[in-house]
Amino acid sequence: MEALILTIIATSIPLLLAAAGELIAEKSGVLNLGVEGMMLSGAVGALGAVLWLENPYYGIIAGALSGILMASIFSLFTINFMTNQVATGLGLTIFATGLTGLAGAPLVGKTIPSLPKIEIFLLSDIPLIGSILFKQDFVAYLSIGIIIFISFFLKYSKSGIILRAVGDDHQSAHSVGYPVKKIRWYATCFGGMCAGIGGAYIPLVLTPHWSEGMTAGRGWIALALVVFASWIPWRIIVGALIFGGITIAQLVGQARGWPIPSQLLSMMPYIATIIALTMISGRLSKNNSVVPSSLGKPFFGSQ
Amino acid sequence: MRNIVILLGLLVIGAVGFLFYQDKSEIPVAEKETSVTKVGFVYLTTPGDHGWTYAHELGKQMVEKRFGKDVKVSVVENVPEGPDATRVIRELAKGGNEIIFTTSFGYMDPTLKVAEEFPDVKFEHITGYKRSKNVATGNIRFYEGRYIQGVVAGLMTKTNKIGYIGAYPIAEVIMGINAFAQGLRSVNKDATISVIWANTWYDPVKEADSAKVHIAEGADILAQHTDSPAMLQIAEKEGALGFGQSTDMSAFAPKAQLFASINNWGPYYIKKIEELRNGKWNTGDGPDHWAGNVWGGLKSDMLIISKFQNMPDEVAQKAQEALDGIKTGKINIFAGPLIDNTGKEIIPAGKALDDGALWGMNYYLQGVDGKVPG
Repeated sequence: MEALILTIIATSIPLLLAAAGELIAEKSGVLNLGVEGMMLSGAVGALGAVLWLENPYYGIIAGALSGILMASIFSLFTINFMTNQVATGLGLTIFATGLTGLAGAPLVGKTIPSLPKIEIFLLSDIPLIGSILFKQDFVAYLSIGIIIFISFFLKYSKSGIILRAVGDDHQSAHSVGYPVKKIRWYATCFGGMCAGIGGAYIPLVLTPHWSEGMTAGRGWIALALVVFASWIPWRIIVGALIFGGITIAQLVGQARGWPIPSQLLSMMPYIATIIALTMISGRLSKNNSVVPSSLGKPFFGSQ
Repeated sequence: MRNIVILLGLLVIGAVGFLFYQDKSEIPVAEKETSVTKVGFVYLTTPGDHGWTYAHELGKQMVEKRFGKDVKVSVVENVPEGPDATRVIRELAKGGNEIIFTTSFGYMDPTLKVAEEFPDVKFEHITGYKRSKNVATGNIRFYEGRYIQGVVAGLMTKTNKIGYIGAYPIAEVIMGINAFAQGLRSVNKDATISVIWANTWYDPVKEADSAKVHIAEGADILAQHTDSPAMLQIAEKEGALGFGQSTDMSAFAPKAQLFASINNWGPYYIKKIEELRNGKWNTGDGPDHWAGNVWGGLKSDMLIISKFQNMPDEVAQKAQEALDGIKTGKINIFAGPLIDNTGKEIIPAGKALDDGALWGMNYYLQGVDGKVPG
């Protein structure tokens, strides 16, 4: 049981990180569909850095930087050149898939040391809870830290409220003097950083090697997760654990011979997302505060 | 700002145009050399998968090494199965390739379609069952390696639980599981196989998760019919053992890989290209069912077993005996009496399943838990 819970948590972390980053970007009004691409570049960047510097912690930094680099490309096009966000995001993923394939070619067949588990004095020795809560790797703790940070940031900090204002109505925010483009740049790059670390987690912890397209669609699930969480940070934790839990439950069900078709269970996370979407759009007619109103719209104001 | 963007755009278009211009200027030069055989390959993914496509890449390299300047090889990677494949294969045929290897099951109909348009070009489709005047097929008896895996697993397991990760519940994969079960039960009647279907050929994280679940459920030996080395890496980390798939994966799991079944396409490619150069290429006259006219295994070296490692000498010896037995024909993996896991007799003693029956497998033999989905 303990091993299964640990597997669920490990599977959830890349989703959680990427979704947390995307949440901030979307709150500022930027819909970046390039999450999958940013995760892939995080993965290849992390692997390259660890092979070069032989320390898995540099992999986290390299993953974050690779993600930021990809997010900068996206920002440059959508924020400065005012291209369509959906098309640019899709383009970013396609571009990153090709680029990481090229950059990763020399890394094929190499394996790296995994990120070590950090034990917290005494607490790690508590049965079950100890190994689940207090014997995780650095990124696992970091991801919870990021969720707590963005919850407080969005709700209580001035910058967070400005960011939400930019996402809700960029014209008004601009007219009272907030630098809309700059704020969106920061938010998108934060999203890139989180997606990059999420991608880096795959080679650093889950499967320590590089293979092309190894994120296998997790970026798209992260995007769905933001909607599933209806842009509320703590719900991302719940959502990621549900997504991860269903993924693992599906495998356990097969190993134990449960009489449920595995395809049905594989569908569950997506069905849950559609239900969440429907519920949100139902609520939207009454209460307009869930979806950032300027989401996906380019800002043309001069600066 | 706008002007700079337009200028940049024009530069990019110019650069791309220049590259294409370069490309075209090369084609007529190559066509003048009549003694050169032009060979085309279509890959499903890239050699970076370190599995299925990588094995084809190694075969292609053997072709280049063997023929040197006498062949000119063109490869198209990452070709999705479907309309895109038709387009890519047609381009290769138009480009003057005399023989084209299409290396995935889903290229079957596209290959036949293009073959009709280019009757002078020869096509070799990997793992398909449809042929025509200029389309031959080739496949490997992957299941032979799995029998040996079963023997080793049966001798090495302490928990008597084997975790198997399958891609899709199709005959090709099911016959592998059943061959594994036959090997397993030849040495250990108490061990059972539990199967997890990943419903994908390639998703390293899902493969890793499946491996973790198997281990959490008590399996100590893992086998896979998916493409990435993720399963073996988990085995290495968790102290379990397993088998490499398509290529030698010991670099990923030096302590966990017992051995790998290696797909060796090179000799088959070379033979077919040689036949073409001598004007003797044909589609063969093998029995007309699923596996097509070239279906080679351990005996013809299309399937190779890597070094036996991480096991005691006695086990390695038993494995070697199984290997020799299959090669000499002493061991017939699917010889009767065969009983499926519900107790139904598939075939009585004294008889054996023929190749056609293997491609109709939709049941598990004794030793496998659960039932085939769908």
